[in-house]
Amino acid sequence: MIERACSQEGKEIVKLEDAQKIYQMGTQEVKALAGVTVSFKRGSFWAIMGPSGSGKSTMMNILGCLDRLSSGRYYLEGQDVSTLDDDSLSELRLRHLGFIFQSFNLIPQLTVQRNIELPLYYLGWDSVQSAQRAKEIAEEVGLGDRLGHRPTELSGGQMQRVAIGRALANDPQILFADEPTGNLDTTTGEQILELLVKLNKQGKTIIIVTHESTIADHARNKLHMLDGRIDRIEGNSNEAN
Amino acid sequence: MRQTRFARNIWLGIENLLLHKLRSFLTMLGVVFGVGSVVAMLSVGEGASKEALEQIRKLGSNNIIVSSVKSAEEEALSTTHSHMSIYGLLYEDHRRIAESFSHVKQTAPAKIMRKDSRLGEKEMELRVVGTIPQWFELVPREVVAGRVLLPLDVAQKTPVAILTEYGARKILATESTIGQTIRIGGDQFEVIGIVKSESGQAQAGNIQIQIPDQEVDVYIPMEVARRYFGDIFTKRTSSGDEREKVELHQIIVEVDEGDKVEAVAAGIKRMMEQFHKKKDYAVSVPLALRKQAEATKRRFNIVLGSIAGISLLVGGIGIMNIMLASVTERTREIGIRRAIGAKRRQIVYQFLIETTVLSTTGGIIGLGVGALIPFLITYFSGMITVMTWKGILLPLSISVTIGILFGLYPAMHAAKVEPIVALRHE
Ligand SMILES: Nc1ncnc2c1ncn2[C@@H]1O[C@H](COP(=O)(O)OP(=O)(O)OP(=O)(O)O)[C@@H](O)[C@H]1O
Ligand SMILES: [Mg+2]
Repeated sequence: MIERACSQEGKEIVKLEDAQKIYQMGTQEVKALAGVTVSFKRGSFWAIMGPSGSGKSTMMNILGCLDRLSSGRYYLEGQDVSTLDDDSLSELRLRHLGFIFQSFNLIPQLTVQRNIELPLYYLGWDSVQSAQRAKEIAEEVGLGDRLGHRPTELSGGQMQRVAIGRALANDPQILFADEPTGNLDTTTGEQILELLVKLNKQGKTIIIVTHESTIADHARNKLHMLDGRIDRIEGNSNEAN
Repeated sequence: MRQTRFARNIWLGIENLLLHKLRSFLTMLGVVFGVGSVVAMLSVGEGASKEALEQIRKLGSNNIIVSSVKSAEEEALSTTHSHMSIYGLLYEDHRRIAESFSHVKQTAPAKIMRKDSRLGEKEMELRVVGTIPQWFELVPREVVAGRVLLPLDVAQKTPVAILTEYGARKILATESTIGQTIRIGGDQFEVIGIVKSESGQAQAGNIQIQIPDQEVDVYIPMEVARRYFGDIFTKRTSSGDEREKVELHQIIVEVDEGDKVEAVAAGIKRMMEQFHKKKDYAVSVPLALRKQAEATKRRFNIVLGSIAGISLLVGGIGIMNIMLASVTERTREIGIRRAIGAKRRQIVYQFLIETTVLSTTGGIIGLGVGALIPFLITYFSGMITVMTWKGILLPLSISVTIGILFGLYPAMHAAKVEPIVALRHE
């Protein structure tokens, strides 16, 4: 593991260097990421935008340590994670990252409480402590009275709140959200965004992918993708945070 | 802490299996029958051994029993009037057996006849056994009261009698009867003791051995029996009186070492063949019962073992099949867990626990079924069956092993799931 000199880049929490993700489709190569160099600072709030197929999800998966680069480097808190093995990546996700998906991805047979507790289970917390923590978090995301419910008994907005709760359980430094409002109506989407803004204010770095500019407007930085490359960066520049 | 976490994981496994109760139950059926067969197999085998040991104990483990047999042609002749059958063991046979084999420790000859007997007012027929003190060592039975025969009785040819506990009760004798007189045939005997008795036949496979004593016996000194009753017996039958001359009805031989029993028995058979033109004797070896029991055990083991093996294999494959389907069905769940930070081996662990819980539950149900089978066997065939700790723990550990063995492949399969692929999976 390469430890980057943190003195001059101390505030960069995420950094891609010439990141490429290439899918081999038969004889054809699809460059989902065609050499992206970008860095996000700790505590920032980014919206990644761009047309369908421009590589937004690909980039999120890489940043969230769910997938690996074909070439280039990815530094997470100064640590080069492009070379880490599967177990170490799992460990990173478990301890430092939170993920929110468009389709919520809750485990249907588990109650709200158990879904929120899931990261704590893998962190090895005992059941009393995790129950306590799940309760606190459920209240924080506005679901204090739904702990015993199963996902199928909840509305879309509530499910997404559970997903946010689960992503928060391990107290991650960074929250990734790939189109978190994609399956929600505008009002509910706005509420979810307000929750994310609140979390950002509490100091968490937040990176979301969205199509809707009203949603993106909540972010202080916008990154537009096009054909696997950065098209333009909007709002505050890299240095602004 | 470790312990409670393990318990929690098991509970999570149970919860997942309870989501599909019927499916889980059907999946474990193979293991249920497999384990049931193993339990039945072990308890039948154990029962056969135990029964053989018990019978051998009654017969004397190092004993050889030589008895007189009335041959078929003699039987046919005996119906003709005034014919006297002469057959069976001779005093000379006893002497030869006692003297010819270095491994023969001691012997007890017996002269057996039925006599009407009378104690006080009570009259009944007894089986009279004329024998020597050694009988009570070769056919060891608990002495309830008084004493058994002593060399002194033999030397002095005193008319003494020992009753069996059962017989004593029938003829209304008690402890206080000791010292009193009993009339056997036409003669007076002094009751000197009461012993317990066994009775019936020991059997294993096609071997049957008559247990030397009976419920209603009376034991008297051999010399007294000879002098009072002689060697010729008259049996009253419907077709008239049958007369027989038999010197000895039984010779019990004790061999000093267990592994010499068969050799001595073979020697006795050779010797008897040499001196008896007709086959008017039989040589029984109680130890052979054990061999027979082992053979029975092996037969059961082959049958039930095959059933068990096949059921367990089919059961294991069934579990594997269902778990593979379950892995596919739960690809998304696996992806979610992995995305949250579960390591591959934790996924392996989760699925292994589920299969093991499944197979172990099957094993526990199988124990119940398996306990029922020996019960039915005992009920319908009279065969003794015995459940031992080994007979419970072995099948249980087999079922745990099945779970781990057949769960491993589906679990590894589950762990191969890549999070991003799984999350796209609908
Ligand atoms: N597993 C894959 N195999 C092959 N090609 C892939 C794979 N995943 C993504 N791609 C391709 O990579 C490109 C980028 O896909 P990506 O999912 O990142 O787009 P996106 O910006 O998230 O689009 P959308 O807004 O529709 O979600 C697309 O051309 C897509 O076809
Ligand atoms: Mg996408």
